[in-house]
Amino acid sequence: MKKELSPELKAVEKYGSDRTCLIPILHEVQKEYRYLPEKALRNIASMLDISLVDVYGVATYFRSFSLEPKGKHTVTCCMGTACHVRNSPGVLEEAKRTLGIDAGETTEDMLFSLETVNCLGACALGPIMVVDGEYHGEVTPAKVKKIIGKVKHQEGRD
Amino acid sequence: MVKLIIDSQSVEAEETWTVLEAARYYGIDIPTLCYYEGLSPTSSCRLCVVEVIRGGRSRLTASCSMPVQEGIEVRTNSERVRKARKVIIELLLASCPNSRTLQCLASKYGVTKIRFKPEDRGCILCGLCVRMCEEQMQAGAIGFVYRGVDREVAMPFHTRHEACRECGACQFICPVCEMPCQGPMQPGQLCNACLDAVQLEAFPSKD
Ligand code: SF4
Ligand code: SF4
Ligand code: FES
Ligand code: FES
Repeated sequence: MKKELSPELKAVEKYGSDRTCLIPILHEVQKEYRYLPEKALRNIASMLDISLVDVYGVATYFRSFSLEPKGKHTVTCCMGTACHVRNSPGVLEEAKRTLGIDAGETTEDMLFSLETVNCLGACALGPIMVVDGEYHGEVTPAKVKKIIGKVKHQEGRD
Repeated sequence: MVKLIIDSQSVEAEETWTVLEAARYYGIDIPTLCYYEGLSPTSSCRLCVVEVIRGGRSRLTASCSMPVQEGIEVRTNSERVRKARKVIIELLLASCPNSRTLQCLASKYGVTKIRFKPEDRGCILCGLCVRMCEEQMQAGAIGFVYRGVDREVAMPFHTRHEACRECGACQFICPVCEMPCQGPMQPGQLCNACLDAVQLEAFPSKD
C-alpha cells in the first residue's frame, strides 16, 4: 500500500529545505491541518535542520499561525483605526453573537473561527470583514448576519 | 588600521573591531549588558550607547555592534550619553527591579529615581541565554517566542525540551536571574545604598 506523503514533506518538497523557506512551508502545512500540530513543527524542524525553538518562535510570532485547531471557516474582523471609526466594534459584536463565540475562539462543531486583525490595508472600504479569504467591505451588523448565514446555509446549519 | 577619535584621543583600531572593542582596548570603560565576548552582538539592551560624530553630525548609537570607521569621533561620556544611559538603566530596572546587576548599575551611573512603574518580569530580553545556548553550547534549546509585550524566552511548547542538556550556561550568563539585590529598599524601589562610594570609585574627583 502506498503511503500518503505528509503535508510537511509535501511543503518542503515544494519550497525547498532552506531555513528561509520556513514561513511558506508553515502556511502550506497549516492549510492542510487548519493549524500547526506539534508533530508537524518537529518534522519541519528536522527537515530544515533548524532547532525546534526557532520554528516554534516563528509560529508564535505571527498572528496568522495557530497552534490550536481552527474551524473550517475563518471569519476575520478588522479592528484597525480606519475600520474602528466606521463601527467595526459593532460588526465584531454581531459576528460574536451570530457565531456564539468570542474573538480568538472556535465553535464547538469546528465550523467557524473568529479572528480580529489590525488593518488589512483596505481602509477605504472599511469596515472590513474577511470570510475564508474573501473580503467584504463596508460591512454593517446586518450584513454580517447575511454573510455568515450564507456560509452556515452551505453547511446545512441554519 | 583605522584612525578615529575616542574621548578626544586619537587612536588606531583594526578594521574588524567594533567601537566598543576599540574603546576597551584603550582602557575606556563602556557599560554593557547584552554584549559578551565570544557571542554575536545583538544590541538589544542599548546600555553601551555612545555619541558618534561623523561629518559634523552627532548621533547616539550602540557601540557593541558599530564597526569602527575612519575619521569618526566617539564620545563615551558626554552629557548626552550620560542622560541616555540613565534612562536606559531606568527602563531596564522597571522590568527587573530586583536585579542586583541593574541596581549596581543604577548606583554607578547615578540613577536615583525610576519614573516608570516597575513590573518585575524576571527578564530584560537581552537574549544572552539564547545566544549562549545556541552559539556556545550548540544546543538551541531556548529562544524568543511570541511577540510585542508577550515576547519571552522559552523552550518549544513551554515544556522541557530534549535538546537542553541542563548545562546551566543560560543561568550562568543571565544578568538578572541571580540573588536579588540585598539592599534596604522596598521591592520595586531603588537601592542606591552604595551610591556615594561607587560614584567616587567610578568618577574620582579630579583634584
Ligand atoms: S541549560 Fe539547556 S537551555 Fe540552558 S544553555 Fe544549557 S542546553 Fe541551553
Ligand atoms: S533570561 Fe536572562 S539572559 Fe535570557 S534574555 Fe532574559 S535577562 Fe537575558
Ligand atoms: S483599518 Fe481595517 S483595513 Fe485598515
Ligand atoms: S551591550 Fe550594546 S546594546 Fe547591549
